[in-house]
Formats: sequence, C-alpha cells, structure tokens
Amino acid sequence: MIPVAAGRTLFEKVWDSHEVARRGAQSLLYVDRHMVHEVTSPQAFEGLREGGRRVRRPDLTVATADHNVPTGGGPLRVVDGDSAAQLEALERNCAEFGVELFGMGHPGRGIVHVIGPQLGLPLPGSTIVCGDSHTATQGAFGALAFGIGTSEVEHVLATQTVWMDRPAPLEVRVDGSLRRGPAVAAKDVILSVIRMIGTAGGAGTIVEYRGSAISGMSVEQRMTVCNMSIEAGSRAGLVAPDEKTVEYLRGKRYAPDDIDAAAAGWLSELRTDGSAKFAKSFRLDAGAVAPQVSWGTSPGMTCDVTDAVPAPEEYGAGDPAAEESARAALRYMGLEPGTPITDVRLDRVFIGSCTNARLEDLRDAAGMVEGRSVAPGVRAMVVPGSQEVKREAEAEGLGAAFEKAGFEWRESGCSMCLGMNPDVLSAGERCASTSNRNFEGRQGAGGRTHLVSPVTAAAAAVAGRFVDAREWV
Amino acid sequence: MRPFRRASGPAVPLVRADVDTDQIIPKQFLKLVQRSGFGRYLFYNWRYLPDGSPDPEFVLNDPAYAGSPILLAGENFGCGSSREHAVWALRDHGFTAVAAPSFADIFYSNCFKNGVLPVRVTKGQAAALRAAPRTEIDLGELTVSAPPLPPFRFAVDPHRRRALLEGLDEVALTLEEHGAAISEFESRAPPRGRPPSSRLSS
Repeated sequence: MIPVAAGRTLFEKVWDSHEVARRGAQSLLYVDRHMVHEVTSPQAFEGLREGGRRVRRPDLTVATADHNVPTGGGPLRVVDGDSAAQLEALERNCAEFGVELFGMGHPGRGIVHVIGPQLGLPLPGSTIVCGDSHTATQGAFGALAFGIGTSEVEHVLATQTVWMDRPAPLEVRVDGSLRRGPAVAAKDVILSVIRMIGTAGGAGTIVEYRGSAISGMSVEQRMTVCNMSIEAGSRAGLVAPDEKTVEYLRGKRYAPDDIDAAAAGWLSELRTDGSAKFAKSFRLDAGAVAPQVSWGTSPGMTCDVTDAVPAPEEYGAGDPAAEESARAALRYMGLEPGTPITDVRLDRVFIGSCTNARLEDLRDAAGMVEGRSVAPGVRAMVVPGSQEVKREAEAEGLGAAFEKAGFEWRESGCSMCLGMNPDVLSAGERCASTSNRNFEGRQGAGGRTHLVSPVTAAAAAVAGRFVDAREWV
Repeated sequence: MRPFRRASGPAVPLVRADVDTDQIIPKQFLKLVQRSGFGRYLFYNWRYLPDGSPDPEFVLNDPAYAGSPILLAGENFGCGSSREHAVWALRDHGFTAVAAPSFADIFYSNCFKNGVLPVRVTKGQAAALRAAPRTEIDLGELTVSAPPLPPFRFAVDPHRRRALLEGLDEVALTLEEHGAAISEFESRAPPRGRPPSSRLSS
C-alpha cells in the first residue's frame, strides 16, 4: 500500500517553510519581520555592542515607541526621567544600528501590534517576532507571529533567526454567528475561549482559530481574537488568510506591489489540509456568547454580564488551588460572591490597548455614547492604538463624539493597559478596561481591572456601572 | 552567560498558581536599560508593605529561607508578559533554579538564556519538596535530592542542558554552527513582499 503523506496544519506549513536548522526538539526559524519597542530592546542592543555585532537585517526590522509614551495631549512630553532615558536609548540604538524608527513625534508611531498591520508588515505565511507577548495579534493575517524575550531579541537582531521548541497545533473552532453585534464582540469570543480552555490550556501549542464565526469576522476582529492567545497560554494564534486579508493589505506600505499575484499563492497554499490532525480541539458556539466581564485577577476569571460574582467554591469546582486563587482574587478586587455584575460600580473606564484600539473598536464604542454622556464621578478615556487610527477616527468625527460625551480623547500609546506611563489607576479604583490583563496591579498598584469589550466599556462609562449592552442596541 | 551546575538550599515555597510576570517584577521597574539591579524589586507588591518595610508574612522575608537559590512555585509560573526582567530579577536576587509543576512558555525559555534552571516536577513532588528541609538540584546528573525523600530525575532538552552547564553564548554558537545555513536560506527564500525599509522600498 502506498503511504499517504500526512496533511499539515496552517502553522506547520509556515513553520516548515522557515526552518533553517534543527537541534533535538528545537528548530532554528528564519524571521521575516522583527518589530522592536523601547522596553524590551535596550539590553539586546547593548549585547550586540558588547559582542561587536551588527544588526544582520536592518531592512527587516522596524521599531516604535509605545509603552512609556505619555498620552496626555499637546506635544508629546515624557514626564519621567527613566522613561525619557529608555526612549532616548531606543532612538540612539536605531540610529546606530540603522533600524527604521517610528519614534516620538512621528506620524506613524503607535502601539507596535497596531502599526505593524497598518504598514502591511504581517503578510500571510510570514514569520514575525517582537519582544512582546501580544505579537500574536498579527497572526490574524495567517502569519506565525509570536512574542520573545530580550535575549531572543538580541539573537534575532544578530542572526535574523530564533530557536523555538516545535509547538503542537491546537484548534479552536467557533461556528455560528455572533448575536446582537456589536454588543457581542470579538473580545467576548476570545474571553469565552480563555474561560473554556484555561489560562494554561494552550501552553506548548499554537492556536488556529477556525469556523464560520471566525470567517465572518473582519480582519480587525480577528486581530482582537489572536491578540489574547497568550492569555490562554499559547505563544501564537492564527487565522487562515482569505479575501478580507488580501483587501486589508492592499496598498499598504510594505505589502507586495502585485498583491493579486501574491494572493493567489496565499489563498491556495495557506490553509490546514483536510487530513491534518490537531493535537487538541475546542469548539465554541458563537450564538451562545454573551458580553463578558472579568471579575478576578486572571483572564480566565470571567463571567457573562448577566451573571453574579461567583463564590470561590463554585469557581474552584473541587480544585483547592483554583478555589484559593479565586478567594485571593475576590479579596483583591473587593467583590462579594453573589453580587450581580450589573451592580458593580466603576470609577474609571479605559478604551484602548493592542487588543481593542483600532478604528472598528472606536466606531463600536462611539456608537454607544452618541446622545449620551459619561456618568458623574466616572473618569473615562479613549486612547487610539496609533496616530493613524487617531487621525482616521477624527476624520469620521469619532474623537469629537467621545469628547462631547465627556471622554478624554488622547494621543496613542499603550497607556493604561500596563501603566508604564502617567496613565495609571490609584489604589482601590475600579476600571472597566478593553485591555488584555487583569493581573494584580497591572494598571496601577491596588487598581482593580475588569476586562470587557469596547461596547461594554462605553456603556459602562455612561451608566457608571456594568450594563448589558444588548439592551442598548 | 554564567553557567549553572547545581543549586542547594531549602526550597522557598510560593504556592500560588498562575503567578504572572507582572507580579514577579511590576512594570514600574522595567525602565532600567541594563540587565542587573532588578533583585530588590522582585515580587515588589507582595514583598513590601505600603510603608516600604518588608512584609513579614511574605515567604521571601522569612529568615528560614534567606539566601536559598531554589524557588518552589505553583502551576503556570511566569505567565503573561514576555518581560525577561522577571528572570533577571530572580537571578539578581539569588535564585538560580525554579521548580514548578508547569511554566509559561516564554518564561521557561527566558530562564535558559540567563543561567537559571526551570525544573518541571509533578504536583506530588512539589508538595514533598515543600516539606523537605533541604533540596539539591543537579543539572549534570538531572536529579533532585531532598532527603529523606528518595531522589528523583527530571528532564531538560539536551542542548539547553549543555548550554547551561557550559554557560554558552547562544548568538556566537548559532552564527558559528548555522551561519552558512542562514545565508543559504536568505539566498534561496527571500522574505515575501517588499522589505520593510523606506530606503529599499521606493
């Protein structure tokens, strides 16, 4: 009998086509695009200097300033000395090593995972790395995009390659259609996925998101889904390219000139073979997804907006460690079991981050605030993902709509997603946030973060508490 | 890189699951541009009281564990942000080995680049180490000994083991052993699309 060649999944095809060498279980992968930001790169450039090395492919390397940038409007000023030093180090390093920089004051500056797609950097079938765990965002284009540590950043700068353990392919299949869009968003899908598979459920794997709900999503919605793969433990997540992917990339600065010729190859080759096997598969019915609100200090601690805060025993379901984690989380969050989520009142609202600060996110959120205003006592801010998103949003009148409703409309940056800049929560402040991590102290020491979609965040800003946005649209 | 061969001391128990790198080193300390000096910020929000004094309830402040190079952690240790600063803080504080039932992928890989050995143990082994007065982890022998428990073995990728034992410079090694293959790859498979450089794309 003639043996039948085993089919391969999408990520395996991309992986195999970039494998330069192997040693044991590790592959040396060639990197097509390397993105750099100010926080995880200074020690890597210093390492190059100490080793007397150069950047092997500055033409495949792009840098931007995002984490430390103050978003407070007017000319960008860095108000703290350490942040200024780190941003200056990036400027010096890029100048010395010949790396293109979208730095302070540059109209193309923005969050690294937002500007990459705007520049047309993530092409289907390519490999992209960045010293940042949310690099998986760019997997939405059918690219293998993953976060690396600073030593690996140095390795990529010097060799244009990275050593990786070969992960297993994991399938997350989302079928059906999202009900009541935009009140039920891509963010609610990925939070539901994390809730289902757990924060370590994807460890050692790369996720392929498939199914009719994923095909039905826009490219920007797919970016939101792929972005939070790391919150499920996966270093990367990806979606097979289709016509929407090609249209998104068309005309972008670094996309191929003859994109239709390139697209023919992408669309025929870059898909999981029918005979390919996934190591694990999960299924989610999109029609059953409700708006999600996190109640704890881990992205898996999430419930429907119509639920009540769970008891630790209920969350633990017999696992004493999980129960203890939930107890500690509720203590930190200042929440009592049994409290309806819609009774939880807010001090702050943050619409921004690499998860949810692209144009469609801002359109969805703005749709909720038209003719309404931010509740008294709530401070709400909107931070566009990039300067380009900011300009586009202003051209559509979104910036003015947010300001009219009482939101602060700011310059782009990572902002309050991680509070490495002046945008932070004070101890005890409670925030509805469209970011990706509700870890203790993530948005400021003692700050309490609830992860939600842009629509749910906007509605919460108006109501001063969580509301089921499905009732508003 | 500083080589690692063995570590011994009482295993410092930090038994919480899903400890993320934001807890290991909070973001306000990520602004240094060198690799050293992070130790004093390790577990900052748990280790110090609001007035800045050490919290006597936190295990790192327990004199019984002072100076031990072995951290005993819970499941999914090091999840979240890719920040290598987390490993630099552990190393700078004096931890050269971390034993846990599971690690987040990026953190696990970052350890090996900095002379820190992550050891995967079972939940049962972790519980037993917690009770043992002293633990020794030997990378050469691939064993964990914690009398009176019987010693047990652990697994590490052979290349990573050698790199840690010898303190190898991975960049130099890659260029030496695979430099020709990288050049050959570049010549036969140019990256798709135009290269991202304004100088080359016009």
